[in-house]
Amino acid sequence: MESLTLSDVEQKYYSDLFVYCDVDNTKKVASNGKVLDLFRAAQLSNDVVLQITELCGATRLGHFGRSQFYIALKLIALAQSGLPLRVESLNSVKDLPLPRFVVGKNEQESRHTAMYPDTENQGPYSSVIPRPPGRVPAKKLSTHEVIQPCVSAPDTTSPVVSPHQSPPTSPHAWRKHKRQASGGAVDRPPAVAGAAWPPFREAQPGTHSGDGMWASHSPPPVQESWVSFTDTPPSSTLPAVHPSSAQESTTVRTVASAATTNEIQRQASGYEDPWKITDEQRQYYINQFKTIQPDLTGFIPGSAAKEFFTKSKLPILELSHIWELSDFDKDGALTLDEFCAAFHLVVARKNGYDLPEKLPESLMPKLIDLDDSSAPEVGFSSSPVEVTPNKSPSMPSLNQNWPELNQSNEDTAIVHPVPIRMTPSKIHMQEMELKRTASDHTHPTSPLMAKPPELSEEKKLAAIKFPGSTVGDGYSSSDSFTSDQEPISSAVTRQRSHSGTSPEGLKAVAPPPPPPRPHASHSRSSSLDMNRNFTAVAAGGVWFTSPQQMPEQPNFADFSQFQVFAVEQPVDDGDTHASSGPLCSVQVEKGVDAAGAVRATKNDTQAEERTPATVNSAKGSTPLAPPPKPVRRRLKSEDELRPDVEDHPQKSSVVPGVLATQASIPRSIGKDKKAIQASIRRNKETNTVLARLNSELQQQLKDLLEERISLEVQLEQLRPFSHL
Amino acid sequence: MAVCVAVIAKENYPLYIRSVPTQNELKFHYTVHTSLDVVEEKVSAVGKALPDQRELYLGLLYPTEDYKVYGYVTNSKVKFVIVVDSSNTSLRDNEIRSMFRKLHSSFTDVMCNPFYNPGDTIQSKSFDSIVSAMMVQSS
Repeated sequence: MESLTLSDVEQKYYSDLFVYCDVDNTKKVASNGKVLDLFRAAQLSNDVVLQITELCGATRLGHFGRSQFYIALKLIALAQSGLPLRVESLNSVKDLPLPRFVVGKNEQESRHTAMYPDTENQGPYSSVIPRPPGRVPAKKLSTHEVIQPCVSAPDTTSPVVSPHQSPPTSPHAWRKHKRQASGGAVDRPPAVAGAAWPPFREAQPGTHSGDGMWASHSPPPVQESWVSFTDTPPSSTLPAVHPSSAQESTTVRTVASAATTNEIQRQASGYEDPWKITDEQRQYYINQFKTIQPDLTGFIPGSAAKEFFTKSKLPILELSHIWELSDFDKDGALTLDEFCAAFHLVVARKNGYDLPEKLPESLMPKLIDLDDSSAPEVGFSSSPVEVTPNKSPSMPSLNQNWPELNQSNEDTAIVHPVPIRMTPSKIHMQEMELKRTASDHTHPTSPLMAKPPELSEEKKLAAIKFPGSTVGDGYSSSDSFTSDQEPISSAVTRQRSHSGTSPEGLKAVAPPPPPPRPHASHSRSSSLDMNRNFTAVAAGGVWFTSPQQMPEQPNFADFSQFQVFAVEQPVDDGDTHASSGPLCSVQVEKGVDAAGAVRATKNDTQAEERTPATVNSAKGSTPLAPPPKPVRRRLKSEDELRPDVEDHPQKSSVVPGVLATQASIPRSIGKDKKAIQASIRRNKETNTVLARLNSELQQQLKDLLEERISLEVQLEQLRPFSHL
Repeated sequence: MAVCVAVIAKENYPLYIRSVPTQNELKFHYTVHTSLDVVEEKVSAVGKALPDQRELYLGLLYPTEDYKVYGYVTNSKVKFVIVVDSSNTSLRDNEIRSMFRKLHSSFTDVMCNPFYNPGDTIQSKSFDSIVSAMMVQSS
């Protein structure tokens, strides 16, 4: 079978015929009976018909597929124009008139030939009976269904019409339908336009004719109706499609008869799909959309749409149904596509077409709109969203929150999670802890992770970048088109993932505040070194200092000064230790000397340790200025020796100071993400170090206590001797 | 598996009521009406708590020998009542919940329609179809 090229008109016509023959609505095969009837109606001899059938391959296949049908039709046209039937001539013959099928009414013949793409042919139109949508009452007929798809649209062309009525052997149901249609026609003159129509109608009460004609007529009325629709909204032009208003509508339609070429074009295009919107119609709809909503990517809210469509004077029930059909994403607002679909349906309805139960495919809005609509819509007008308890208003609002939040979090500038290695390697522990302490980080999970260790000490810290975490969460939730926080929408089972709990969860988490900005010289290695030093020192120095300092609890303050002012130390120690006995004093002195030496070294090391400020921050002392160093040292020794009452107040006093410094630090970090991450890393290191330090100190404390006990025992043992 | 589905407005008048027509519809209307008392009772019992904590699904309101009545109330005090035939193998609670969820969802869609005035009877075809699906499913 050679491929068949058809002109647009032919395409439409054949398609219509095919649908007509497609009684079983299979869309693939035309029933043989109907096809043969049709062919016979072409007024060709049976032989020719048989020949055609053979040629098109139907006899081979045993049925009429669409291609076979089309070929057959073309052959019929060939035959009717007297050309020999050849397969080759299918495509070669140009300007072949369309095949004609005789119904038995001359008028019809003339009608079809006249109806075809003669752009100048306005006349036939007006003379044609727009068999009115008496289909409406007749729609109960099953046969009606056959016609329905063909004729239900404003865009259907006249070709649809004629073949349907043509077969003289049309089933009984047809005739019945026609009767009803004609009855309906009387009832519904609105679809009929022109004075010529009524007489025409009467002329064919019982005929099959006019049946489809009205379909063809729809485009002109459609177009005219538009014009009137918009120009004179409330009162005049488009009265409801009711019999009573017939006259008015007819006059209206005749008035706007200027659009003939457009009608035909409209008929020509989108023939296959009766509900398709032509370009001109679409343009018109778009213009209308613009009057309500200048932004073409925006929404028309429900209330505005309601007003607009109420002007069409359709009953509210029908408008409600149209809305249900056209509001595809059920958001209570109309996008451009939805609006066009709704408008199209309104226009169709006004012209007497029944509303479909389901939205026709050609009217379905593009699904990409859904994605757009979920994004913050610039054009989302401020008009009330009172009718929408559902997701999309909340979605835009949720989305709109982001830009604000993001801008407010310039410091953070991070919305998506940063992968963090959770392995307990030393370095990474430090990193992680540093990261956690960084308030800049808006990683939704990191605050959670950081929460337990950090929250206690960092709760007081400032710079909560908490919105960042909700942003991160809202981000993910919006992607999944999630619901708003309303229980109603959360209960809806439509494509909504529910992440409502997580924002609340995150709200409870205070993001860790940034740690104090360490020295520029601070590096991981140095902190490690510091740790090493510290442990070394701690191991060595503590033991030395502890014996003497243990008994001198009350002198702790003095002792701290002792450290700072090394000269005075022995004296003080000596004084303070005198009471504890010669042995102790000896020990003290020894210890003092040793301690002095050790302390010196320790101080050095501690000075080194100071520079990596991580420990400093842990200790709660300002890492930056040298003057605090002695303070730190003192604190350090105190920590090493034993926590003291003074220690606590000092510590607590220092802690706020540290907090303050820590709080002030992140400002200086800058917006640089890398810098932030680096600082996060450093902070984490600091944290690790501090934690380790803490554990070490605890250990030392334990050891020291043991030492103390042992020393006291010794003392007890020795004391009797001392008395002696 | 419903034999009757009803949507009652806040002021306790029906917005929508539909029964499997084989039965005496009046009986169902009466049943639904009486079930409203039970609904009120349940709502007021929990109503002291914040609306957030109030469960929308009310569960089995009361059983009779012939059928069971389930209730569901929205936050706007619109009540859904489903009457289920007892002879049906007892539906799991989840199924009833899902039915209510569907009802609620399509009710929301009806509400979204700007042409629908709250307080009008529901004449939406999509709502009808959903209800029919629920009812046909049963019988």
